[in-house]
Amino acid sequence: MLANFLAMGGYAAFVWPAYGVTALGLGAAVFLTLRGYARAKARLAQFTGETGSR
Amino acid sequence: MLEYANPKRFMDLSGALLPWLGAVAALLLAVGLYLSFAAPPDYQQGDTVRIMFVHVPAAWIAMMAYGLMALASLVSLVNRHPLADVAAKSAAPFGALFTALALITGSLWGRPMWGTYWVWDARLTSFLILLFLYLGYIALWNAIEDETRAARACAILALVGVVNLPIIEFSVQWWSTLHQGESIVRAGGPLIAGVFLWPLFLMALGYTALFFTLLLLRMRTEILDRRVRTLALGRGR
Repeated sequence: MLANFLAMGGYAAFVWPAYGVTALGLGAAVFLTLRGYARAKARLAQFTGETGSR
Repeated sequence: MLEYANPKRFMDLSGALLPWLGAVAALLLAVGLYLSFAAPPDYQQGDTVRIMFVHVPAAWIAMMAYGLMALASLVSLVNRHPLADVAAKSAAPFGALFTALALITGSLWGRPMWGTYWVWDARLTSFLILLFLYLGYIALWNAIEDETRAARACAILALVGVVNLPIIEFSVQWWSTLHQGESIVRAGGPLIAGVFLWPLFLMALGYTALFFTLLLLRMRTEILDRRVRTLALGRGR
């Protein structure tokens, strides 16, 4: 059942890399964007001495 | 819409909207992903049809992001609106990402269905040019130190490049190509069975929500950075 699903009707070598590269690309975008935002907030807080988001 | 476009209002509105938009994106992508694998294999394409659910939305967002970037660039040139710069600059890296994903997933779909990863036909080539336009745009932003001049030069590049969008869109009609023609958004309704249309529809909505979540976050980041730069200038450091 599971092996059958993973085999993707013989197209596993194309279907899984397509989903894999998509997950990797979108995951990296979410991670890097959130990290960049947190760092920008921290930099601003250093200047203003506040912790607020604005 | 421009009255919402001062940075303070933008920060308030986007801050309130972001958690919801992010949650909607996650939910749509989760359901879309489930349906993508719950759908039966296509009678001609077998399981490779599942590549469509990540390929087509990526391509749509890649083109939509460029249209948005060009529109923001136009507003930036005409109205000199600071938020328009921020929007255009922030859209570019995500546009490049979705373009790259569409190219890679398309290639992985082309190999089993067409017998080749790549062919220099109109649709694929014009889409590769879209990637180069995004990369050129990002490089130009980084090459010019003065922010106002960089914004103007980049806005012009984005507007010149907009000519590529109709070329991509109509390439499958104007030239002979391996890529299939329009089968979803067309007069007379989609040519795809509902069981494939639903996952595609939800993934497309999920990609859209994700794109705008990322765009708003990056715009906020850019605005905070500009505030820091202004403060730094004011203190002479």
